[in-house]
Amino acid sequence: MNDTLKAFKHYRRLRWLRRISQTLFLLLFLFLLLQTNIDALDNPDALPEIAAPVDLFLELDPLVAITTVITTHSLYRNLFLALIVIVGTLFFGRFFCGWVCPMGTINHAISAMRSGMMKGKRRLERNRWMPYQRIKYGILAFMLGSALFGSLQIGLLDPIALLTRSMALVVLPAWNVVTHDIYAWSLHADAGAIDFFLTPVAWIVHSVMIRGGSVVFDQTFLILILFAGILLANRFITRFWCRGLCPLGALLGLLSKTSILGLEKRPSLCTGCSKCELACQGADNPMPGETWHQSECHLCLNCVASCPEAGISFKLYPSRAESTQEVSISRRAVLASAGAGLAAVPALRAAMHPDRPSDPALVRPPGSLPEREFVSRCIRCGECMNVCPNNALHPTLLQAGAEGIWSPMLIPRIGYCEPTCVLCSQVCPTGAIDEITEREKAWVPEAGKEETDGPPLRIGTAFYDTGRCLPYAMAKECIVCEEWCPTTPKAIYFEEAEVQNREGEYLWLKRPHVDPALCVGCGACTYACPVKGAPAIYVTAVGETRNPRNRILLEQNRPRRES
Amino acid sequence: MKESPLSRREFLERTGKAAGLAAFASAGAFFLHEPVRHPFAQSDTEVQKRDLRAGDAGPQLAVVRGADPAAMTAAALEAMGGIAAFIAPGDYVVVKPNIGWDRRPEQAANTHPDVVGEIVRQCVDAGASRVVVTDVTCNDATRCFNRSGIAAAAREAGAEIQLAQEAHFREVNMGGHMLGTQLVYDVYLEADKFINVPIAKHHSLTRATLGMKNLYGILGGNRSRLHQEIDKSLCDLGAFLQPTLVVLDATRVLLRNGPQGGSLADVEQRNMLVISNDQVALDACGGELFFDLSPEDMPWLALAENEGLGSSAWREIPYEEITI
Repeated sequence: MNDTLKAFKHYRRLRWLRRISQTLFLLLFLFLLLQTNIDALDNPDALPEIAAPVDLFLELDPLVAITTVITTHSLYRNLFLALIVIVGTLFFGRFFCGWVCPMGTINHAISAMRSGMMKGKRRLERNRWMPYQRIKYGILAFMLGSALFGSLQIGLLDPIALLTRSMALVVLPAWNVVTHDIYAWSLHADAGAIDFFLTPVAWIVHSVMIRGGSVVFDQTFLILILFAGILLANRFITRFWCRGLCPLGALLGLLSKTSILGLEKRPSLCTGCSKCELACQGADNPMPGETWHQSECHLCLNCVASCPEAGISFKLYPSRAESTQEVSISRRAVLASAGAGLAAVPALRAAMHPDRPSDPALVRPPGSLPEREFVSRCIRCGECMNVCPNNALHPTLLQAGAEGIWSPMLIPRIGYCEPTCVLCSQVCPTGAIDEITEREKAWVPEAGKEETDGPPLRIGTAFYDTGRCLPYAMAKECIVCEEWCPTTPKAIYFEEAEVQNREGEYLWLKRPHVDPALCVGCGACTYACPVKGAPAIYVTAVGETRNPRNRILLEQNRPRRES
Repeated sequence: MKESPLSRREFLERTGKAAGLAAFASAGAFFLHEPVRHPFAQSDTEVQKRDLRAGDAGPQLAVVRGADPAAMTAAALEAMGGIAAFIAPGDYVVVKPNIGWDRRPEQAANTHPDVVGEIVRQCVDAGASRVVVTDVTCNDATRCFNRSGIAAAAREAGAEIQLAQEAHFREVNMGGHMLGTQLVYDVYLEADKFINVPIAKHHSLTRATLGMKNLYGILGGNRSRLHQEIDKSLCDLGAFLQPTLVVLDATRVLLRNGPQGGSLADVEQRNMLVISNDQVALDACGGELFFDLSPEDMPWLALAENEGLGSSAWREIPYEEITI
């Protein structure tokens, strides 16, 4: 009896350790997500970069590492960190799901809230292993199949990429809306007698605001729907996402086939109270009398911490009676899913092939690889969009084809590409945007120099819509575009034109033109153009460095400065 | 079984509940009813002007030559009779350099950090209660403030840095020729004194960016529309916000590819500084000295003179030339 109590207390303590671990990793995840900008204001000589390891969770993610190895035959930058999780799982099982994964922690927390839909017998039944839990292996096989064809689709459902994207593009911007509205209200409201109350409100809200300006992301409703659906599902079945759909969970389930840590059952001690099963997170059947599935267990320790009889315990090299390390999906189903994934890629590419010119508005961030390699690396995590200081990068919907949904594109009307900024290339965890320096970007001469070291990394070219441009269409002065053009010499030049206005007066106006040999496609002109709605100058991807076939002029070498 | 009859109490309760809610809904409809709405009707907000000139000495101007921007700034302020003639103890001072672009000091797109630092230091020494250094930048504000060196210099000198935040803009009726209601950064509406610290540089439309063009940076919103009537707009800005002092940095001058520049080939070392409490005289002087422009080449000057904002005949007001 004494030993039973000891084991019970021991597991209760370990469970607290697991809860602390989950909390800390979730906080770390959120902290890293907020490291989005250079905040040093006092060191003009420092190179603007983000010091924190903002990609840590994506780099620990074995699914990102393994699928990019399949598509690119290489392990980019810090993706080798995934070995930590792989090796840990091979020996101990899905500890990542139960102790580390921030998506899992959020699902766990929501599932733990009382739900009217899960009571009594129904709750117990839904907490036993069910066939829907095989779906995740099918999803994994599908994604690996398409990866074999060079198309990286895993980021759509990989939990770390999904959570990063959902938080960065939906949750944080929503928080931004709330705090900015309250802040603006507290600054400007006239609250009469309680006006004194507004100053502390402004101060408090200001201290929890994330960004100084407004942040919007285009077309994120599908990201919101997917994320909200995952959260909502927890109200019907505990950790439905983790149990049934998560492809990373599936991968870790497969890796845990060799786990030396497992559940050992002592059916003689079991009184059949079902407490273990009610507390189970993974629906892996911990109760004696049923078959425990190692591949479904998150090692949350709820079962052992709720067993009053010490009828189950976690052990190294446990007896495998009443348990299995096999994954309950047939070889045929796996092959069929992989085949479907393989076939899906050419089917999608029949509609839009990355080698062919795509939507002209698809302007990729500077340093992006050629489109075919880009879709073999981009996991749609949204880190690039999260760190962009000008809110210039947005998730695509179908501009890059269905294959490229949620990959980054520049929307200059909302924000232009900051000439000396290379943060997106620094944070891209898989090298879809190659890591470049300000010097390699070469849009502006470095301080103290007369010209850049080499030709610029272009992302597109600007064009005038002379039906909207003021000096062409409305006999008005303007040339704001030229003012904003960052290159030296400027890519925008003038033609002096004598123009007759409606009153019949003749005016000399500067009519702007783009020199495609100098334009880098940053979109500052589009951003600043005073013609609201559709701008009078717009950027398309033509001229982008990454695609030698996407060119207009025969000679596009950058002319050197005459001196 | 016989149905139990409705008790009087229950009858009153249930009918009362329904009647109460009905009355509440009707009262709500009565009070909220808006028979017609004129959302775009003109409401005349009061015209605001901020005349922050100070000192009794009348307009004066000084041109300083030298090698050290901070020492030149100190000499310039001395020539005007010292900072104490303009800043009183307890004043809330806004210092507005040009921090428009993500460029380093030698690229001559932003005001020299040492000029800003010296002005802040003197304001603090003169007993200013609060000195704010701010600008509504074009490029990413963090980069502009940092790489221009102005954030570091101003903070070290004792100023508060403000990266313009959206919530801090207020709609103001300037009542100008071109500029009616504009979004203005709120510090300019609250400060007691305003020191404009532009840099002299090339601009394709006005030919030169000087003091009054630097006032562009007090605005938010779609300010790029101002180019359509730039001269009248500059005059309106100058009439809305009359500076206590203007210090024009011409230690190095961007001659081409303005207002951003980038290449050192476009920058000329001039080692000069102009100071005045007359913004029109300062622009006339700067345009002539650094860009060879006569007042006729800068049409906003005549408009501003007409408004009584100052005099473009800068040689006719008391002026000094100093070399240090």
